[in-house]
Amino acid sequence: MDKLQTRNFIAARVAKEFKDNDVVNLGIGLPTLVANFLPDDITINLQSENGLIGLGPKPNEVNFDRDITNAGGQPVTLLEGGMYFDSTLSFSIIRGGHVDVTVLGSLQVDETGSLANWIIPGKMVPGMGGAMDLVTGAKKVIIAMTHTNKGRPKILKACTLPLTAKNQVNMIVTEMGVMAIKEDGIHLIEYNPEYTIEEIKNATEANLIVNEPIKMKVEV
Amino acid sequence: MKKLLNINNLKDHVFDGMSIMVGGFMVVGTPEFIVDELVNIGVKDLTLICNDAGLPGKGIAKLITNGQVKTLIASHIGLNPEAGQLMSAGKMECILIPQGTLAERIRAGGAGLGGILTPTGIGTIVEEGKQIINTNGKDFILELPLRADLAILEGTTVDEYGNVVYTKTTRNFNPVMATATDLVIVGAREIIKRIDPDNVMTPHIFVDYVIKEEL
Repeated sequence: MDKLQTRNFIAARVAKEFKDNDVVNLGIGLPTLVANFLPDDITINLQSENGLIGLGPKPNEVNFDRDITNAGGQPVTLLEGGMYFDSTLSFSIIRGGHVDVTVLGSLQVDETGSLANWIIPGKMVPGMGGAMDLVTGAKKVIIAMTHTNKGRPKILKACTLPLTAKNQVNMIVTEMGVMAIKEDGIHLIEYNPEYTIEEIKNATEANLIVNEPIKMKVEV
Repeated sequence: MKKLLNINNLKDHVFDGMSIMVGGFMVVGTPEFIVDELVNIGVKDLTLICNDAGLPGKGIAKLITNGQVKTLIASHIGLNPEAGQLMSAGKMECILIPQGTLAERIRAGGAGLGGILTPTGIGTIVEEGKQIINTNGKDFILELPLRADLAILEGTTVDEYGNVVYTKTTRNFNPVMATATDLVIVGAREIIKRIDPDNVMTPHIFVDYVIKEEL
């Protein structure tokens, strides 16, 4: 798989996690691609923390409106039934447990479900934006990311970068597999048959609990 | 209209070292023409409170480029690389706050609250130096209210009384900021006689001046 295929593969697998009527927030980058793979037979309410629910696809020349953007500042559209609100209500929705699933990218995730994705001291200081609130408040936190950073593990025993939140991640989806984070550690519940279990373990610094994982089924 | 202010008189209401809340999210909902006038006036040593650092060449990024900002309080500065460079070089103080905490601290500032308790940031460097309060068995960070001298906001439609409607995603931080500063100036895209009372998003009692944007 090339880079785009890998990202689409991960996004398509994440999209299978949603249930009818879920309120879902997708982060910037790879998680945004998840919107392209939403199942047709259920209704998903996409929330954007700058103040809308009912996020639709990118506009064309006809329906472009500079006053409708997503949390990355990119032009978007609003679906039928969607609505706008201010930042305090947006974060009441987020922090108050009204978001069913949030999908974010991450630099590091660890065995305890802690994650780090907002700062590399001395190198990159973009700020946390809404990420800390999202991972703290959402009912389910899914990390969608490549399994390693050019071969270097991102799934660690303990994060080394400053944390975004402690013990909040429920699931990790990568091109190698799907992992559930539980009390006793990280369980590999699905694996991509293009890789052996040994290869996946070698690309993971954290201890992977492997108990009859099933094959990942993704149609991109 | 009583509250109408000419953009040329904005200079009478600003001073060096003041704190300003600027509405908008990645410049959507920022009254860019008022920010441009602050650049013209050249008022300096500002403390800006805004969701982000604007976009290169747009919104409050112009004030940052022009060296007028001493301290920026924001949640995300990643889309304006200059802000990060100035921060790293020690030329601009930058205080990063989780977005929901920023919104609630401003709300507390405007609502007469002594602070808010949030779980966001527990177990991270955000909690450092702050009081942790346990209620019903769960830890929360005590975050203090945030106020400023001036708010500059973008109203899509303002009526002759100063009531405001914000359209679509331009709303974001604008209504809460209207409650939390000593002086509130709204840049209006359009001014009409009367907004339907049911639809008012910021009541006119919060608004001190309205400047009509020349479209």
